[in-house]
Amino acid sequence: MFLLSFLLIPIIAAIVLLFIKQDDKVQLVAVGAALLSLFAAIYMLTNATSAFDAAWLPVLNSRFILQADGLSKILVLLTAISFPAIFIATGKNIVANKNVFLSLMLFTQAGLMGVFLAGDALLFYFFWELALIPVYFLCSIWGGEKRIAVTFKFFIYTFLGSLFMLIGIILVYSKTADHNFLIESFKHANLTAAQQAIAFALFFIAFAIKMPIFPLHTWQPDAYEQSPTAVTMVLSAVMVKMGLYGVIRWLLPLFPAAANSHAIMVIDLSVIGLLYASFIAIKQDDVKRLIAYSSIAHIGLMSATLFTNRSIGTQGVLIQLFSHGINVLGLWIIADIIEQQTGTRSMKNLGGLAKKQPTLAILLVAFAFANIALPLTNAFVGEFLMFNSLFQYNPWIAAAAGVSVVLAAIYTLNMVQKVAYGTVSESVNKMSAPNKNAQGVLIVLIVIVFVTGVYPQPLFELTKDTLQQLFVK
Amino acid sequence: MNAIIVSALLGVLLMFCSWGIKSERLQKNITLIGFLVLIIANLAQLNGWYVIDFDTKGMLSFSRFGLYANTLLFIVTFLYIWINAEEVDQIGHQSGDFYALFFFILCGASILTSFDNLLMLFIGIEMLSIPLYILTGADKKNLLSNEASLKYFLMGSFSTGILLLGIAFIYGATGSFRLQAPQIVPSQGFAIEQYLLSAGLILIFAAMNFKVSAAPFHFWTPDVYDGAPTVFTSFMATIVKSAAFVAFITVFQSQSKALGNSWVLLLSFVIVATLLVGNITAVFQRSVKRMLAYSSIAQAGFMLFALYGVSDFANEGLLLYIVVYSLATIGIFGVLIKMKEYSFEAFHGLGKSHPLLAFLTTVFLMSLAGIPLTGGFFAKYYMLNAIMAAGAGLWLVIVAILFAAISVYYYFKLIQAMYFIPGTPSIKEIDKIYTYKLLAIAVLLLVLGVFPNLLFNYLYF
Repeated sequence: MFLLSFLLIPIIAAIVLLFIKQDDKVQLVAVGAALLSLFAAIYMLTNATSAFDAAWLPVLNSRFILQADGLSKILVLLTAISFPAIFIATGKNIVANKNVFLSLMLFTQAGLMGVFLAGDALLFYFFWELALIPVYFLCSIWGGEKRIAVTFKFFIYTFLGSLFMLIGIILVYSKTADHNFLIESFKHANLTAAQQAIAFALFFIAFAIKMPIFPLHTWQPDAYEQSPTAVTMVLSAVMVKMGLYGVIRWLLPLFPAAANSHAIMVIDLSVIGLLYASFIAIKQDDVKRLIAYSSIAHIGLMSATLFTNRSIGTQGVLIQLFSHGINVLGLWIIADIIEQQTGTRSMKNLGGLAKKQPTLAILLVAFAFANIALPLTNAFVGEFLMFNSLFQYNPWIAAAAGVSVVLAAIYTLNMVQKVAYGTVSESVNKMSAPNKNAQGVLIVLIVIVFVTGVYPQPLFELTKDTLQQLFVK
Repeated sequence: MNAIIVSALLGVLLMFCSWGIKSERLQKNITLIGFLVLIIANLAQLNGWYVIDFDTKGMLSFSRFGLYANTLLFIVTFLYIWINAEEVDQIGHQSGDFYALFFFILCGASILTSFDNLLMLFIGIEMLSIPLYILTGADKKNLLSNEASLKYFLMGSFSTGILLLGIAFIYGATGSFRLQAPQIVPSQGFAIEQYLLSAGLILIFAAMNFKVSAAPFHFWTPDVYDGAPTVFTSFMATIVKSAAFVAFITVFQSQSKALGNSWVLLLSFVIVATLLVGNITAVFQRSVKRMLAYSSIAQAGFMLFALYGVSDFANEGLLLYIVVYSLATIGIFGVLIKMKEYSFEAFHGLGKSHPLLAFLTTVFLMSLAGIPLTGGFFAKYYMLNAIMAAGAGLWLVIVAILFAAISVYYYFKLIQAMYFIPGTPSIKEIDKIYTYKLLAIAVLLLVLGVFPNLLFNYLYF
C-alpha cells in the first residue's frame, strides 16, 4: 500500500496544480509534493515495505503490482531526489503557465516511479508511455526555437521503440504457462530459441532508443538542447535510466540465452557510441550539448558493462545509475544558472566565472571531477567496477572503452577551463548575485557525491538483493 | 428481437412527429427518450423478456454477444444525438426526418447483430445503407453533398449487387441460406460446389469490405465523408461502420474455414492494403476532415484483425474497439463541427483560446492513436493479442505497429497545430454545456483506458 504513495503524491499534486494560478503558490505545492515523495523514498529505504498487489484487468490476467527491490529502490531514490532538486534550483526561472508546466513535470515523475516499481509487464508498458507523454508536451511548449520538429522526432522515435516492446510483451505473454504478465511467469515463458531472439530484439530496440545506444541516439542531443533545462535534467538524470533499468529488470533475466549470444554486438555498439560521443563532445562549444554527449558516453559504458553479464560489472552499474544521475543533475543545474544569468551557452563567450562567482566555480570543478570519475567522487567506485568487468570480458574492449576516460578528462576539463578561468568575459560580467536556492541544491548534491564516493557501502547494501537475484541461481 | 421491433416502431413514430410536431426541441427529446426505451427493451431481452416472441425459423438468432453489441451501439448513438442534436437541426427543414432515419439505421444494425441467415444479412445491410444515402445528401443545396450522395448510392448499390451474387453462389453450393449450413470440407464433395462456395464467400468478403471501407474498396470513403454534412459523417464513420463490422465478424468467424489457407492470405492482403492506404494518405491531407476520413480507413484496418480467428480476444476486442473508436470519433467530429473551416490552420492557437476544448481534442486524438491511459490503447492491444492468439505470424503485428506509429504522426500534427503554433483559431461560438458534453465523452475514454474490463463485465453474466 505504501508504494502506491509514489504514484499518488505526484498525481494528486499535479491535478491540484492545474487549479492554482499564483506562481509562488504553484512553486510551493510542487516543491512540497516533491519533498513528500523524497521523504517517502527515505522512509522506504529505512523500513521494510510490502508489495502492492491489486486486480487490474481480470480479463487479461494483468495485475496492478508495485514492488521494490534494490534496483527499484535506488532509482526511486534518484527520482525522488531529482525532482525537488530541479524544482528548487530552477524555481526562479521565468516560465509561462507555470502551473501547467510543474503539473506535467509531476505527471512525469509519477510515470517514472511507476516504471521503476511495476512488477507486471503490461503495467510497466503503461507507465513507460505515461512518462513520455508529459515530456512531449513540456518540450514542445516550453522548448527552444526548433522545439517542435526536434521533440516530434524524439517522440516518434521513442514511441516506435515502445511499440516494438509491446509486441515483445504480447509475444512472451502468449507463451507463458497461465497467460499472465507477472515478471516471474515471463521468466519461465516457454520460448523457443528463435522466439527468444525475436523477443530479445523487440525489447532491446525500445531500451536501446531510450538509453540511447549508437546508432539510435540521434534524437538525444537535439532534444536535450531544445528542451527547457528543467526537462533536460529529468531526461538525462532519470529518464535515460529507464532504458538501463529495462535491461537489468526485463531484458537480461527474461532472455538470458539471446542476451548472451547478442552480447558482443551490443557491447561493440555501446563502445562505438561511447567513443563517438566522447569525440563529438570535445568539439562542442555549447555547454548543454557538451553535457548531452558526455551523458551518452557514460550511458554507453553502462550498457556495455551490463552485457558482459558479470556480477562485479552489474554491481558497478547499479551504483553508477545513481551516481551518474546526481552528477549530471549537478552539471545541468550549473549550466542552467550560467545560461539564465549570462544569456549564453557558448563557451567562447564565457570565461572568468571563478572571479565573478567563486562558489559556483568551485562547485563546477567538483562536479567536473565527478564527471570524469576521479577517486573520492561517487562515479569512481562504479566506473572502477565496470572497467574491471569489461576487462575480464575482453581486455581489448576494455582498452577501447578506457580511451573514453581520457577523452572525458579532455572535454570536461576543457569546459571548466573555458568557463571558470581566463579573463572575465562580457557576458559573465553581467552575472547578478548568485542564485542562493540553486547553490543550496548544488551543495546538497555535492555532499552526496563525496559521501557516496568515500563510503559507498550503503549503496552496495541496498542493491545486494538485486545482484543476488541476477547472479545466484 | 425487441430492438428490431422497437427501433422500427420508433422510426415510424418519429416520421409522424416530424409532420405533427413543429418544435425541434421536442422532437429531440422524444428521440432521446426513444433511445432510452430502445436500450431498456434490448436489455430486457438480455434478461429473457420479449415484446413479441415468435419462432423466426432460423432467420435470426440472438446471442449474448449480438445483444450486447446492440446495447453498446444504442448507447453510443444516444451520446451522439445528445451531443449533436443542435447540429442536426441546422441541416434541412425537418430534423425529425433525420431522427427517423437514425432509428431505421439502428433497426438495420440490430438485424446485423443477430442474423442467422444470409438473406437477413442482406436486408440488414440494405436497411443500414439506404437511410445513409439520404443522410449523405441531406444538405440539399450543397453540391458536394449531392455529389457524395450520388457517388455513395451508385457505389453502394453496386456492392450490394456483389453481395447478392455472393449469397446466390453460396446458396448454389450448399442449398441453404443458413450460416450454420454444413460446410463443404475440401477433401470431400464435388469440386465445383467448393469453387462456388469459395467464390461466394469472396464476393461477400468484397462487399463487406466496401461497407467497412477497407482497401481496395475504400475509394468512396474520402469523398463521401468529406461531402456529407459533418454531423452525419460522424455517424457514418462510427455507428454504421461498427454495425457492419459486427456483421462481418459474424459471417466470417464461422465461414472462413471454407476458404482454407487462402483466407489468411486474403485477409492479410486487405489488412495491409487498408493500413497502407489509410495511414499514408492521411499523412498528406491538408483538411482535418479528410484526414479523419483516411484515418477511419486506417482504423478499419485494425478492426479487421478481429476476423482472423474465433477467440474471446477477437470478440471482446472488437466490441471494445467499436466503442472506443466511436466515442473518440464522435468527440473529434464534435470539435470539428464547431470550426469555421476544416484546415489544420484553423486549429492554430486553440490551446490558448480554448484550453479545455483543446485538451479534450488531445484526448480524442490520443485515443485514436492508441496511446496508453486512453481507451484506444487497450482497443489496439486486444486486436494485436487476437492475431497473436490466432497465430497469424509476427510480421503482421510488426506491420500493424509500424502503421500505428505513422498514425501518431498525423494525429499529433493536429495537437501541434493546437498547442505549439500561435494564431487565432477560426472557431464558432461554443457554449459551456457543449464542452461539458464532450468532456463526458473524454472521461469515458479515460476510464476505459484504465479499466477496459468495465465493458466486458456484462458480456458473460
